Amino acid sequence: MKLKKILPQLLTILFIVLIFGFFTMNAQDNMDTRGIEFGFGFLSKEASFDIQFSLIDYDGSHSYARAYLVGLLNTLLVAFIGIILATLLGIVIGVARLSPNYLIRKTASFYIEFFRNIPLLLQIFFWYYAALRALPTPEAATLLLGSSFMTIKGLFTPAPIWINFDVFFTALVIAMVLIFFFVRYSNKKQEQEGKQLPTFIISLAIFMGLPLLTFLVGVVDLSFSFPVLRQMSLSSYTFDGGMGIPPELIALTLALTLYTATFIAENVRAGIQGIGIGQKEAAASIGLKRGQVLKLVIMPQALRIIIPPTTNQYLNLTKNSSLAAAIAYPDLVLVFAGTAMMQTGKAIEIVGITMATYLTISIAISLLMNWYNQRIAIKEK
Amino acid sequence: MSNVNILKTNNKNLPLFLTLGIAFFLLAIVDFCLNNFLNINITSFLPRYINFFTPLIFGVIGLHLIRIEFTGIKILDNLNKNINTSNFNAILSLSIILLIIFALPPLLNWFIFDANISGDTKEACTGGGACWVYIKVWFNRFMYGMYPNSEQWRINVTFIAVLAFTAAGFFVPAKFRNYLSLYYTILLPIISFILIYYLVSGGSFGLEWVETGAWGGLSLTFMVSFFSLIFCFPLGMMLALGRRSDLPIVKYSSLSFIEFWRGVPLITVLFMSAVMFPMFLPDGTYIDKLIRVVVAITLFEAAYTAEVIRGGLQAISRGQYDAAKSLGMGYWKLHIFVILPQALKLVIPGIANTFLALVKDTPLIFVVGLLEVVGMLNLAKTNPEWLGFSMEGYVFAGIIFWIICFSMSKYSQKLELKYDTDR
Repeated sequence: MKLKKILPQLLTILFIVLIFGFFTMNAQDNMDTRGIEFGFGFLSKEASFDIQFSLIDYDGSHSYARAYLVGLLNTLLVAFIGIILATLLGIVIGVARLSPNYLIRKTASFYIEFFRNIPLLLQIFFWYYAALRALPTPEAATLLLGSSFMTIKGLFTPAPIWINFDVFFTALVIAMVLIFFFVRYSNKKQEQEGKQLPTFIISLAIFMGLPLLTFLVGVVDLSFSFPVLRQMSLSSYTFDGGMGIPPELIALTLALTLYTATFIAENVRAGIQGIGIGQKEAAASIGLKRGQVLKLVIMPQALRIIIPPTTNQYLNLTKNSSLAAAIAYPDLVLVFAGTAMMQTGKAIEIVGITMATYLTISIAISLLMNWYNQRIAIKEK
Repeated sequence: MSNVNILKTNNKNLPLFLTLGIAFFLLAIVDFCLNNFLNINITSFLPRYINFFTPLIFGVIGLHLIRIEFTGIKILDNLNKNINTSNFNAILSLSIILLIIFALPPLLNWFIFDANISGDTKEACTGGGACWVYIKVWFNRFMYGMYPNSEQWRINVTFIAVLAFTAAGFFVPAKFRNYLSLYYTILLPIISFILIYYLVSGGSFGLEWVETGAWGGLSLTFMVSFFSLIFCFPLGMMLALGRRSDLPIVKYSSLSFIEFWRGVPLITVLFMSAVMFPMFLPDGTYIDKLIRVVVAITLFEAAYTAEVIRGGLQAISRGQYDAAKSLGMGYWKLHIFVILPQALKLVIPGIANTFLALVKDTPLIFVVGLLEVVGMLNLAKTNPEWLGFSMEGYVFAGIIFWIICFSMSKYSQKLELKYDTDR
């Protein structure tokens, strides 16, 4: 009986140790014969390559570690924008799939079937190489909304110029904290006395009012710098001032959003469908209004079904953003596992760091998810 | 007739409301078509911001007028029930109808009416639409990659043979049904590998040797997906069982294996197989790029399959385990004959999704330099003789993948129904 328990475990250990031992021994041998040394010292060395698009100060004289940070931030930027847009679109499409209107329902399912069955990479290529390449050159571009230009070189929009941005930001944070406490207070009050405060309106007032106050006091000021066309050479034009969003970022965000939204939409649909009609009827029969039914009865239950798979989709989106490397958007994979590896030749270290980074993000979100799942799980007696 | 309230529709004045409503609706469509296709604006006397929405306004008035309950006219009642329940729904329906009218003609023109398909050179493309000549000329490349033209029959023969061997499983006599899973997981991969090794790769029997770098196109997509699919399923099943095992070492090593592969993007895994993996092998040994890629994708997708199967295992109630154990079944007997058949039936949709993801992930193998259909497109796009046809290429590949993936998902839905043996 004991042997039956120990033997498989011993075999597993033996197998793992053998494989790892074999690999490390070979790696040691290979590196010795090729004169490569294992180590992370290269991170502090000068990177001496440029990155097209960066959120923080960076040029060739900065270190590899800094280049890594630039790549990581670019990845997180795409993931962040993509997650927000995909969620909004996904909710709209998911609700539309349950619409009583035949046309809306069919359009939504057409959208889902269309975008989820085409490889993401193909979609990224389509937007980048086919759709965005059809846009006009900077000198031929027309004005959009009186301020922006959509060109083959990307989207050029007015850039905000802040005075005392930190004051504004602090006001924003304070407003959020206030709202948090206010919502807790009103929930408590409702549970104790059954009174409902107009939570949403008051929260909105705090959120808008406090930052606006900083403008009125006169500490904070905001102006815009508009993009202006400039001739670089005889046939080459560019825009000065303003904010330039590179076409790679646009194509990537577009493809990721449209693709991931199909999955989120299905989650939303499943969540809403998962709530029995009896719940709605019961809530209505005790006199709750339509909005209250949705807010107090349907949503808390539907979210329990929707959120776990949707978080998985967020994770997928973040991991899929690594396809950026295919259209040369400087994300973590392109900057670090691409350019930096070519220059240093430190394959093991760099691929290791890149994988560890993604792994950390994934595991962090997984842990958060498990914690959330336990919190909202139905507590059965 | 004297006190007809135009805004409050009723059954009494049905013909009046119907005529008015249909007239307004047709006016909306006509106005929209004139605006878009003939550049004539019949409502230009109105201010600009109203003018833009006139088709919508006319249409909503029209739909409002025909919203009459219980008319007894079947078509009208159906229409009202399905697309015209309220003013808000009417606006949405109308927007979609107008959008279709707006988008369909240009799309049809591009795809069919202005497209060119005859001829063999770029110059044959004179129309404003798609240049299908490009696809026609490059078709062999998109299907077979750089595989020599004269040898392509070898790929065809191999595919037909593998297909025949796969289909053979459906026609075996009932006596051998029980061994079918063994056939699919062990025998079929070996047969297919031998076929591909001797026929596609060549080098013996007087066949010219073609290196894997020259393979490509859609046939490569199929090969990579086929082998990864076949291998990742049993591996995923073992991992799922391992994760639910009582033995701590087995459990935690399976768990960390699964979490590792699920935590990293496929592109980094492929990078690893391309640049890092050769460092881990003894000096001088060389494993073919294609095999490395198939192994990488298999390990990656096996982790996802494992999680899906685990979901199914968790859904089986304790009573099933207890009942099987009380019959004296051991671990393997219990799982093979009682638990897995029930669990796998539950997770058909999940497995199908994983397999779909696998097929959709195959284009990524471009990072190691293998060019399947999307990679070939990118190569063809840079050919100086055929510049500027990337749109046609991507649309073509999109259609192919869409057909593959859509039929796979429909098939899985059918399977789900077939095995739905619930009480």
